[in-house]
Amino acid sequence: MVSRLLKIVTLVFAVFAFGGVANGKTLRVALHSDLKIVDPIWTTALITVNHGYMIYDTLFALDQKLAVKPQMVDRYETSADKLTWTFILRDGLEWHDGAPVTAEDCVASIKRWGARDAMGQKLMSFVADLSAPDAKTIRMTLREPYGLVLQTLAKPGASVPFMMPKRVAETDPQKQITDYTGSGPFIFKADEWRPGEKAVYIKNPKYKPRSEPASGLAGGKIAKVDRVDWIWIADAQTQMNALINGEIDFIEAPPHDLLPLVAEDKNIELAVFNPAGRQQAIRFNVLHKPFDNPKIRLAVAYALNQKDLLDAVIGSPKWYIECKSLFPCGSPLQSTKGWDDKFTSDFAKARALLQEAGYDGTPVVLMQSTDISSLSNLAPVTKSLLEKAGFKVDLQAMDWQTLVTRRTKKDPLNAGGWSAFLTSWASVDILDPVATSYLNASCDKATFGWPCDAEMEKLRDAYARETDPTKQKAIAEAVQLRLIEYPTHLMLGQYVQPQAFRKNVVGLLEAPSLALWNIEVK
Amino acid sequence: MLGYILRRLIATLPVMLIVAVFVFLMLRMTPGDPAAIIAGDNANSEQVALIRNRLGLDEPILSQFFIWFANMLHGDFGESFFFKKTVAELIASRLEPTLALSVVTIIIAVGVSVPLGVLAAYKQGSLIDKVVMGFSVLGFSVPVFVIGYSLIYLFAIKLNWLPVQGYQRIADGFGGFLQRLILPAITLSVIYIALIARITRTSVLDVMNEDYIRTARAKGQVEIKVLFKHALKNAAVPIVTVIGLGVALLIGGVVVTESVFTIPGLGRLTVDAVLARDYPTIQAVILLFSLVYVLINLAVDLVYTVFDPRIRY
Repeated sequence: MVSRLLKIVTLVFAVFAFGGVANGKTLRVALHSDLKIVDPIWTTALITVNHGYMIYDTLFALDQKLAVKPQMVDRYETSADKLTWTFILRDGLEWHDGAPVTAEDCVASIKRWGARDAMGQKLMSFVADLSAPDAKTIRMTLREPYGLVLQTLAKPGASVPFMMPKRVAETDPQKQITDYTGSGPFIFKADEWRPGEKAVYIKNPKYKPRSEPASGLAGGKIAKVDRVDWIWIADAQTQMNALINGEIDFIEAPPHDLLPLVAEDKNIELAVFNPAGRQQAIRFNVLHKPFDNPKIRLAVAYALNQKDLLDAVIGSPKWYIECKSLFPCGSPLQSTKGWDDKFTSDFAKARALLQEAGYDGTPVVLMQSTDISSLSNLAPVTKSLLEKAGFKVDLQAMDWQTLVTRRTKKDPLNAGGWSAFLTSWASVDILDPVATSYLNASCDKATFGWPCDAEMEKLRDAYARETDPTKQKAIAEAVQLRLIEYPTHLMLGQYVQPQAFRKNVVGLLEAPSLALWNIEVK
Repeated sequence: MLGYILRRLIATLPVMLIVAVFVFLMLRMTPGDPAAIIAGDNANSEQVALIRNRLGLDEPILSQFFIWFANMLHGDFGESFFFKKTVAELIASRLEPTLALSVVTIIIAVGVSVPLGVLAAYKQGSLIDKVVMGFSVLGFSVPVFVIGYSLIYLFAIKLNWLPVQGYQRIADGFGGFLQRLILPAITLSVIYIALIARITRTSVLDVMNEDYIRTARAKGQVEIKVLFKHALKNAAVPIVTVIGLGVALLIGGVVVTESVFTIPGLGRLTVDAVLARDYPTIQAVILLFSLVYVLINLAVDLVYTVFDPRIRY
């Protein structure tokens, strides 16, 4: 009787199909955040970078192995003196409105991006002239050789040099664009975009993919679905439930503690598509006691250990690695030189350093972000380890946005200032000494924390000018050794973010940023 | 009556002005700088200052207030700092889900709780009364997210009758609209059923021993008529007050339920705006909520006259 009743009710509900089964040509994804801003040059928000890769293309891109490959560029050449770079665009590139992509569009795009992005600004400081001698040729003339031209134009992570039509790229870099015409594999459906609900992309039928197979963010980007719906589901548990129920096909960032919920589900798979992952870090404010003294900052490296900090945030060692390299483990500049004896919770050594540095017991004002669970968990473990080493720690809880504001303040500790905070960043944002913004030690011009070290700046500058990769690696190691003498921040371990998806979704790419082309929904 | 309504509406103006000043000042005193948030992790002080200048946040507070207030008088609530949309557009897009959820929730809550409350009062001290009051305590005690997740597990994941999450606008089909609203509305209605049933029981019990009830019974009225026509009508004033407050609370946003069921309503817009320090959006939604409270209180006062003819304005 009960089962008959259940069958009847099931039939009644089946009359109103709720879309639990995907139309084979629509990919429904739940990403880590809601798409609020759609200008990838104006903001560094990761969700907007993902949006950028959907609708724009880049001159160069990183492949699966993080090597730079031409993307919109067909071929390029460098003059013997390494001062003139010439880039030739591929044939047949078109904007979404059907107009051809021209070198003038790209020049305007590079200039707008170069006015906002730190690496872009660095590159532009070397550029004497950027021009478009003809519709397909971009010419960049440098004042002196610069070793990161291609790496800069191919940079993923925050603020990617996406190409836009000239009329769009001429928008004031401090203002948001309102025209979302790109030349990427998908077209943004602005009329269907509902902030707080969903963003919609449709296949760009005019996109001309490269002939090489897709690899990372490079190669042939082929949109194999007609439509991609980015569905914003704020609650992580609801994301999981929706995936189990077949209402979405893919979750970009399921929390590590919820992974066991789907690990045994026969319809769902877990995999890591960005093996470079993220690095946790502690950032110091060098303006005030106690961290105005480099030896006291180094004592932190001896007091902490990465395992405890990774266990607190990630839990399962399956998803993290202890990595004492300044640059991400698995990246070309990986090295542990000088750091093997640190992050061992050697409290005796930390205490000895504190004594040597004359630590006077000034409390470390450690800002704890309470609304981002990973960062929230890091703080109490850090406090406990520091206290065991003899530090006094004043842990101050606040939401992330308050922290973001407070970290810009240089005030003394007793007037709302701060000593340190914990954060994490995508490994692709810290691949070299120039890209790693926390290594910027140019005093007032550096980001919050304001490290001031001429030697570090000299090394970063040398790295930027060096064009030989072997010599670049040696300089990067020197930077890592300099970090012992003058810690600007410390690396607290590396972890990966697995993605969860239904097994009928195939073709996902391993890439340093989210790549939603090449995917089929079977 | 018309004069009373006009007087009440005019009286809302100073209330709204006080709310506007209060919200504006509170936001400026709260830690958090939208410019720093927009600038992102890699920005230096100069870039943050530039954004602050573009947003007009480096103007004196008084000047910022008068610009905002003057624009508001012209119906311009400004543009969100983050979304490239006007605040009016943002609120308009979130209004339907919130209103729909509120209306369906109140319909379920009133439809279930009032008969339950009347029945509990009629059967005072019986098993039915104890069950209703027990449910009422449970309804207050169980967190809304527990109810939500439990319903999702049963009806969406196990039985596959209803979707886990999402909202479908009425224009896109009434069947889908209703289907996506059932679980969140039931989830939300539990606490209101508990509250209204309790108030209804108490209010009905208060009037059950009145002379007019005895008279109605002596005249041979059937018991159901005595209960719903004579007792409930006279007990309605506190019930209407609670329902009115419930409607205002629902329109003011039910963040947890909206998050659990992914409903893009005003509650989530408010929380997102607060977390991002999106001043124009926060100011506008708080003003809207205040206006809703004032208007619903007025409506409740007017409804009193329907149930109690002794009340005159």
